Amino acid sequence: MSAREARAGVQAQEREDRATVQAQERAGRATVQAQEHEAPATVQARKVAARRAAEAAEVAGRVRDPEMPMLTLADLGVLRGVEVTRDAEGAEVVVASITPTYTGCPAMKTMRDDLVHRLREAGFERVEVRVVLDPPWSSDWISERGRAALRAAGLSPPGPAPRRSGPVLLTLGPKRAAPPCPRCGSADTRLTSEFGATACKALYRCAACLEPFEHVKEI
Amino acid sequence: MNEEHGSIFDGLLESGDSGQWAFGTDFEDPLAGIDTTTPDGVDPAGLAAYCLMLGDDALIMSQRLSEWCSRAPDLEEDIALANMALDLLGQARLLLARAAAADPSVVPVLPDGSPVPPEDRLAFFRDDREFRNVRLAEVPNGDFAHVVVRLLLFSAARLAVFERLRASRDQVLAAVAGKGVKELAYHRDWAGRWFLTLARGTEESHRRLLAALDALWPLRAELVASHPLERSMAGAGVGVDPASVAGEVDAVVDQVLAVSGVERPERAPLAGVGGRTGRDGMHTEALSRLLAEMQVVARAHPMGRW
Repeated sequence: MSAREARAGVQAQEREDRATVQAQERAGRATVQAQEHEAPATVQARKVAARRAAEAAEVAGRVRDPEMPMLTLADLGVLRGVEVTRDAEGAEVVVASITPTYTGCPAMKTMRDDLVHRLREAGFERVEVRVVLDPPWSSDWISERGRAALRAAGLSPPGPAPRRSGPVLLTLGPKRAAPPCPRCGSADTRLTSEFGATACKALYRCAACLEPFEHVKEI
Repeated sequence: MNEEHGSIFDGLLESGDSGQWAFGTDFEDPLAGIDTTTPDGVDPAGLAAYCLMLGDDALIMSQRLSEWCSRAPDLEEDIALANMALDLLGQARLLLARAAAADPSVVPVLPDGSPVPPEDRLAFFRDDREFRNVRLAEVPNGDFAHVVVRLLLFSAARLAVFERLRASRDQVLAAVAGKGVKELAYHRDWAGRWFLTLARGTEESHRRLLAALDALWPLRAELVASHPLERSMAGAGVGVDPASVAGEVDAVVDQVLAVSGVERPERAPLAGVGGRTGRDGMHTEALSRLLAEMQVVARAHPMGRW
């Protein structure tokens, strides 16, 4: 299978994916905003704008994370918003906002490039990707669908992120109760390292099935 | 297998002008979409210099940590050190970009048309005397105990500063700190755990830990010393005076020492030159050597696109 065919297969599969909740919300909000008493031309323009916004959100919502491709950027909570605006000349511009999981995340550029690429393929000529730093990404933003996808791929999803107020306490023991093995379900697992192959994952080993596994860290 | 990225060359096969995306060859502003207006009543030059202090600490520490790549005692710790280097490099990038946005005159001038972005100019085209990092970050690497002690002292102080910096009136500093706190908490815990492990490990690991602690202790004071610029930025509500968190930092370090059964060293702080230290651009010889290696390729290609 050529890379092109493989990609076409993935795209076809993605088309079957439900539109993201975000897209639905956006479309819903835009419809409500369309006022009943406006001139027909304005109403028409609003409808088109709402439709384009929903389309852009759907396309962006299907882009996958480069390092954990079982997740979409939306499932990972990295895609913070997709808006369709117009520039001074009235040309349509899609503005997608993403936030890094960690400050030095080297995948940001690939994420941006993938968003631009996919949106252009879908007919959006002008695409801007903005980086949002505040509020900082939290593992709590990983969707339920994302958590299920992580488990299905043999990765352990994060528990609730720690709630902090005041000085951060020093932790010299294990940071969390050891997560169950995503392969065999055993609770007898041990931390190997707090730092895994990507900044957002820790390494564990299962004492029952002896397999190593990765755990998405709570931050 | 990652089907979306089957081959990095796929993009070249696409018709149209999107082939470049396969390689991600262009630069982007790391602060795009973020309000970089200097807050009211704050001196932009002072803010820029303050950002350089925080950014240079992260950059130089990151460089030292990345020198460990492929040299750690085992693969897990090799990856851990590289991860921490990457976190700090990310912080450095944003802070240097913020310095450039606050006061463009701090950015080294390159030939017209150079595509090198401001944060890279600051990292690769400044000389040692223009760096504002603490000297703890620049001294050469030693053994594994050395990197553990250095990271413990460094991250304990930086975490305490960043916790307060989250309330900065400067949006960029507040955002960098908000994110950095989460990262630095992991760094400090990693260093604290290894400190304890080495202290309670073998006679040899204990001996090496004490040697590293003794060697690095004189550089510790600079982390929590108060520079006039830090005081003035703290007064303006955008920065944090490290002296104001000295007690907190002490408490954390003492906690690790106590659990590890290690005495607090009695060594005087390393003096500056005429009272001037790293924050004033007065460094040890080690920084020049570090910069020579870090900067040589970028300086050879001021028109380079990376």
